[in-house]
Amino acid sequence: MSDLFVEKLEGLEELHPSDKWLRTDMLPHIWCPGCGLGIVLKAYIKAAEKAQLPREKRVVVSGIGCSGRAAGYLNQDSYHTTHGRSIAFATGLKIARPDLNVAVLSGDGDLFAIGGNHFIHAARRNMDIKVFCINNFNYGMTGGQSGPTTPIGAKTTTTPYGGFEHPFNLPWLAATCGAVYVARWTTLDSRRLRDSMAEALVKKGFAFIEIISPCPTGFGRPNKIGSGLDEMKMYMEQWDLKPPNWIIQEGSNPREADITLGKPIVVGKFVDIERPTFLDLYWKILPHKEEHLLNDVEKKQVAGAKA
Amino acid sequence: MRGAVLAGAHFMNGDIAAAEGSIAAGCRFFAGYPITPATEIAERMAERRPEVNGRYIQMEDEIGSMAAILGASAAGMKSMTSTSGPGFSLMMENIGLGAMMEIPCVVMDVQRGGPSTGLPTLVAQQDMMQARWGSHGDYALVAYCPNSPQEMFNLAIQAFNTAEKYRIPTLVMADESIAHMTEKVIIPERESIKLVGRKKPVVTPEQYLPFKPDEDLIPPMALAGEGYSVRMTGLTHDEYGRPAINLAAQTELIPRLSEKIRRHSPEIIKYEETQMEDADVVVLAYGITSRCIRRSVERARKDGVKAGLFRLITAWPFPDEKVKELASKVKAFVVPEINLGQIVHEVERAVSGRIPVIGVTYHGGGLPNPELTYKAIMEVAK
Repeated sequence: MSDLFVEKLEGLEELHPSDKWLRTDMLPHIWCPGCGLGIVLKAYIKAAEKAQLPREKRVVVSGIGCSGRAAGYLNQDSYHTTHGRSIAFATGLKIARPDLNVAVLSGDGDLFAIGGNHFIHAARRNMDIKVFCINNFNYGMTGGQSGPTTPIGAKTTTTPYGGFEHPFNLPWLAATCGAVYVARWTTLDSRRLRDSMAEALVKKGFAFIEIISPCPTGFGRPNKIGSGLDEMKMYMEQWDLKPPNWIIQEGSNPREADITLGKPIVVGKFVDIERPTFLDLYWKILPHKEEHLLNDVEKKQVAGAKA
Repeated sequence: MRGAVLAGAHFMNGDIAAAEGSIAAGCRFFAGYPITPATEIAERMAERRPEVNGRYIQMEDEIGSMAAILGASAAGMKSMTSTSGPGFSLMMENIGLGAMMEIPCVVMDVQRGGPSTGLPTLVAQQDMMQARWGSHGDYALVAYCPNSPQEMFNLAIQAFNTAEKYRIPTLVMADESIAHMTEKVIIPERESIKLVGRKKPVVTPEQYLPFKPDEDLIPPMALAGEGYSVRMTGLTHDEYGRPAINLAAQTELIPRLSEKIRRHSPEIIKYEETQMEDADVVVLAYGITSRCIRRSVERARKDGVKAGLFRLITAWPFPDEKVKELASKVKAFVVPEINLGQIVHEVERAVSGRIPVIGVTYHGGGLPNPELTYKAIMEVAK
């Protein structure tokens, strides 16, 4: 078998192109084989590169669960907070340092069950943070329980006879709460995901991307789906997402984007609008003394808001 | 427009004084949620924000408020929130996150009657043990208990200095009576207010270990956006800030979080002694109770009992050593408080059975009746 591997060449370092953005001392990561989280992590790295965001200007905040660990793998400012509270933590951080690019990487349970209240209010305020939700339809880290996105009929350890609660339609929720950028991709669309994340990272205001991701351990096994790749193929085929129908329905109505067995999963960008952010209105309404302002970025923001 | 420090003599209530103290201490970020009897703090912070370039956000709940002030402080702003019992309960999990990530911030709890919704507009001191043990796991914080609007101002500044110095959430355990009491408050000139800032790293980002403590057990703190690639987690972590789910990391980190307060407790602990020189019976009290029962002490003195008043200014860490020392000199402790017995347990622990410790319990909803404490003093002095 050893002849399958290339000998280490003299003078060459073994480096992955993304290594410089990762804390390689943390590797290998904790995620299961077939998990989609690595793809999302890489998409974030590539998106930040594409958006030309310098490392010292980027912050990632995460909550609890498998996806919560993503923050700690990134070689940049990263805060792995409590369950459901990443958006609230990120809100404080962004208001204190408006010049930083603040992203939240977390899961569907973290953001929409325990953290749902913070999500809807951050979207309402148009807080200038980017929320990337990795949706695997279950609570993976605790062993595959049902959550706010589990489809009706799907088996989990707490819905052994099949899920029976209506799940959230996340793009519609985000859009109705006031998000200015709403998209949904899957981990199979890794390049589109990267491009969309790059767009979201520089979009001013509350940007939200749902990323449908396989969980072979927590969701694939009880539903007898197979590997992570099999799970993604199932979403494509059984839910009629066959190429070339994989085409993105740009600007489609998020209301129609619910995920139901037997119905195609709509992916693409749903919303891309302009709306004043929390800080735009904050500066505009307050009679701030300009000489008190902390830095040039804030001065520009005030000037922009008042113009 | 007014500046940050409103030097001069004022007539203001405790909540307003606490807000002014915070602003004078350099607090520029407030996140909160309306709740009686602490709302005036939030209102004052909202009103004052443009004058000091402060940031204010009314969050969706107290859980979010607590998380937001940690985020703002991680980015370098001195941050605070204020609340009362129900909100204080909701903040507990993220107070633990603050202890674990060692993020400085100030939480003001204006105590009202509980449990549950209880008595929103009426006084109690029922959150004292929650202040010490409310979040799960082992950690130590500092909690102050002011007994006047002036002290709300002074201890707000002290709380920020303590939070910054030891990298902890610091609690100001006020009560409804002090918060809504209007009295003279003297605000000193800006130059005479001593402020403490958090310790910053003196090494390069490559050399920086976010949780490697100095000899004083406190690690220097790099902020978000400074190029240090700060890594923080609520999981047990090593010096690098890496999650480390093992015995060795727990052994290294968790005792330190308590020890950094215990070791510095001689400089942290504050109390006030009145008529203690010759006292036989010590009345140990704090907050509004310490004012109401002065009358009990004076009356006992008139009736021939040498009573003295020992007032806690810091409830946590509790002044164990001082109480032990007193226990070898005096004949008894009387501990009145507006709860069914909380701090009295600490006194009993420190006294360790050597002399009688009598709790005088008031259940809240009104000011403590000095008569009951007087009777307890006279009874124990027999």
